[in-house]
Amino acid sequence: MPTYQLKVNGTSKTVDVSEDTPVLWVLRDHMELVGTKYGCGIGQCGACTIHVDGTAMRSCSLTLSQVEGKSITTIEGLSEDGSHPVQEAWKEVDVPQCGYCQAGQIMTASAFLESNPNPTEDEVKNAMHGNICRCASYTRIKTAVMKAAENME
Amino acid sequence: MSSNKTNALSRRAFLRNSSLAGGGMIIGFNLLNSCKPKVVAEPTIDLASLDYNDFNAFIKIAENGAVTIFSPNPEIGQGVKTSMPMIIAEELDVAWKDVYVEQGILDTENYTRQVAGGSQSIRHGWDALRETGAKAKHMLVSAAAARWGVDPSECSVSEGVITNAAGETLGYGDVVNEAALLEVPEKVELKKPRDYKIMGKNAGNVDIDKITTGKPLFGLDYKTDGMVYAAVVRPPSFGHKLVSFDDSEARNMPGVIDVVTIGEKVRSLLAEDPSFSSKISSSDKVVVIAKTTWQAFKAKDAIKATWEEETPMESTEQHNKILTDLLDGSKFNTMRSDGNIKKAFAEADQVLERTYESPFLPHNCMEPMNFYANVTSEKVHLVGPIQTPAWKAGLVAKMLGREEKDILLEMTRMGGGFGRRLYGDFVIEAAEISQTINKPVKVVYTREDDMEDGIYRMAIKYRIKAGIKDGKVTAYHLKEAAVNDNMYGLIPNFFPAGAIENYQVDVASYKSNITTGAWRAPYTNFLAFAEQSFFDELAEMMEVDKIQLRLDLLDKVKPEDDERIQYSPDRMKEVIKMAVEKSGWGTKPSNVYQGFVNYYCHNTHVAEVADVEIENGSPVVKKITCVVDCGIVVNPLGAMNQIEGGVIDGVGHSMFGELAFEDGKPTANNFDRYRLIRMKEAPVVETYLMENEYSPTGLGEPTLPPAGGAVANALKAATGNRLYVQPFTKTPELLKVPEKEIIG
Repeated sequence: MPTYQLKVNGTSKTVDVSEDTPVLWVLRDHMELVGTKYGCGIGQCGACTIHVDGTAMRSCSLTLSQVEGKSITTIEGLSEDGSHPVQEAWKEVDVPQCGYCQAGQIMTASAFLESNPNPTEDEVKNAMHGNICRCASYTRIKTAVMKAAENME
Repeated sequence: MSSNKTNALSRRAFLRNSSLAGGGMIIGFNLLNSCKPKVVAEPTIDLASLDYNDFNAFIKIAENGAVTIFSPNPEIGQGVKTSMPMIIAEELDVAWKDVYVEQGILDTENYTRQVAGGSQSIRHGWDALRETGAKAKHMLVSAAAARWGVDPSECSVSEGVITNAAGETLGYGDVVNEAALLEVPEKVELKKPRDYKIMGKNAGNVDIDKITTGKPLFGLDYKTDGMVYAAVVRPPSFGHKLVSFDDSEARNMPGVIDVVTIGEKVRSLLAEDPSFSSKISSSDKVVVIAKTTWQAFKAKDAIKATWEEETPMESTEQHNKILTDLLDGSKFNTMRSDGNIKKAFAEADQVLERTYESPFLPHNCMEPMNFYANVTSEKVHLVGPIQTPAWKAGLVAKMLGREEKDILLEMTRMGGGFGRRLYGDFVIEAAEISQTINKPVKVVYTREDDMEDGIYRMAIKYRIKAGIKDGKVTAYHLKEAAVNDNMYGLIPNFFPAGAIENYQVDVASYKSNITTGAWRAPYTNFLAFAEQSFFDELAEMMEVDKIQLRLDLLDKVKPEDDERIQYSPDRMKEVIKMAVEKSGWGTKPSNVYQGFVNYYCHNTHVAEVADVEIENGSPVVKKITCVVDCGIVVNPLGAMNQIEGGVIDGVGHSMFGELAFEDGKPTANNFDRYRLIRMKEAPVVETYLMENEYSPTGLGEPTLPPAGGAVANALKAATGNRLYVQPFTKTPELLKVPEKEIIG
């Protein structure tokens, strides 16, 4: 099997996996980074969202060759101690119900706020529309993203 | 000295050496059990033989005062891992911030009802959890009082610190060793709600740090050394049975360890316990065992299986006809009958009859089904997300011919349940696979497996008929035609039972080979829409006020004369009045169209008002006002989350949810073709909780059923069209706004 050099959360790692393995499963099964979740496998739900060079992407639909040489950030590496403003806002608003989709929500929100630090409510809704929350904690997700934007100012 | 004191170490007060970082001794009280009076001989306890698993439902207190509370019930996102320990902590009188919460394991001896289902965890746990905390506190205070030589009544407690009349203080940790030697009191006084310091205050989710930093919490995150992954090739359609398969390609794929078949053990279990046959296929299945999840998924796709049609392939078209035929026919079971509906309809001035139609629904938990099993000669270790651990441990023991004590079942946090994880067919599968390959294994469903091999909310049709005589509703007839199973026995005693003199509920079912089961708020998740749309239409026909019609009917209900009645007309009237006030019912500008619903299920009374506005020529659900009476609210922050989620889930499924079948197979198997509500479609939810001192009832389900009805009634106001079929997007022509509305 081919080897790939990946830079994940600031650390370089070599993985030896078949070329069609989606980045999601490399993170989960080969690197023990299980914060990135499997939801649909076809880029429709957003549970597996990670940052690739700062852009939110669906890791279930990314191949290794697409991310080699790029900087990957997962929920585990978003901050050292869970203190990223989006994580803090999630705690303050107490967003999660089951919690399964929330890492993906947080990764989408944090990348979005990097590119748009002062969003309107409609812009937040648009940005978060691709992430499904089956418990429907949408009201709190929206509130938390707005709050994170305020706190990042 | 208190009379219930003893120096004998009893089975109900354990003491052990602890290796916890806090150091010193730790006690574990067998407290939930102690709430059930038990007459037992008191053997001498061999301290050395006690290990952690000998403790039961508990509170652990360390010498340094650290408190750990075990949450007994499975956590599916309903918040009980936070709220159940809050109830114990309240009566124990410790500071919530000092409490560390852990998930309890399955322990049928010492916990009762370790189930996540029916919105019953808090309601059923209420007395036992409070007594657990209060009894521990009583023992700790007694120990302190004994040390001081004073009467316990002279002592007070605040946040784990005991103070005597002289102002001396002792922490719980200071007296925990002595307290552990005391007899557990039979009866203790519980706090009055006005004295609550923890309950009624907002508490954040106890797992919030782990969730927001991606720590392993869920079944899919669980891993042990030597564990392998299993992906299962399942029958492609309901009714299919495996004939043969070719695994030559799969076996040569990277990471593939083995390819095996399972099914024999499941069939022997079904022979013994046929009740489970509507929940799991009896066909053989091909299982790919691989080193990683992805390798198992890939190799599964490379299996070439041949299937034969064992039972006929069914379709939605066929179900529609069958259910209509059942409604038109006469083969019903009568679940409740008051007065004489036949006579009342014959004498009625006016009759309204309407039929409502709903599709199959998958649960679509965000975490696909999965479970870990390690079957060895010593024990059967099961780990994962399951709403009914005791039931599954029992079935696995039966299937493998093992004693129930051989089963160790640990519950992980669940990425959603919604009823799907009540069944645990995947637990049974995991156990059979582990037994077959003799390895620790995790079965993982792909999303497609999850949606195609579901235990779905069944398609149902309701037909409701009401008779009016002299301006009063004199007759009401509800008929249900459902796939596989009919409504549970309490539902015929929900509203409007007791409000209408001649009242009857009849049910009929059709046995399908498609597996079906409970889905968040079973039956009522659709019945509420049918019934509350019907009452709206009835008011229109009678030309009376919609709210007044409901209040007048409630006035007639006398639960004191009919113990079958489940709901409280008085509590229902209160939520209705509050919803009218808070939603601005009848006072909105002309561009806001409102729909009203009141509903009772899962012991909770709810009223909801939907606000619909026209945007770009289409009606949009902008806001739902939701008023809830669930008695005492343990954790308002968690309660509001459940309410908001339940309402939006209800709006989403009534608008978009549909799983159609063709040739025995669902026509959607992933989120590209199955529409779930998303951020932009989610309305604002404004929530009001009634303040009272009734014992608490559930919140996981009761706000979902009314939402579809509130939306339908508001859409009728906006478009002029009555909706009878879910999902509402199935009839787009009925969601169009008349020209004049767009212009005006």
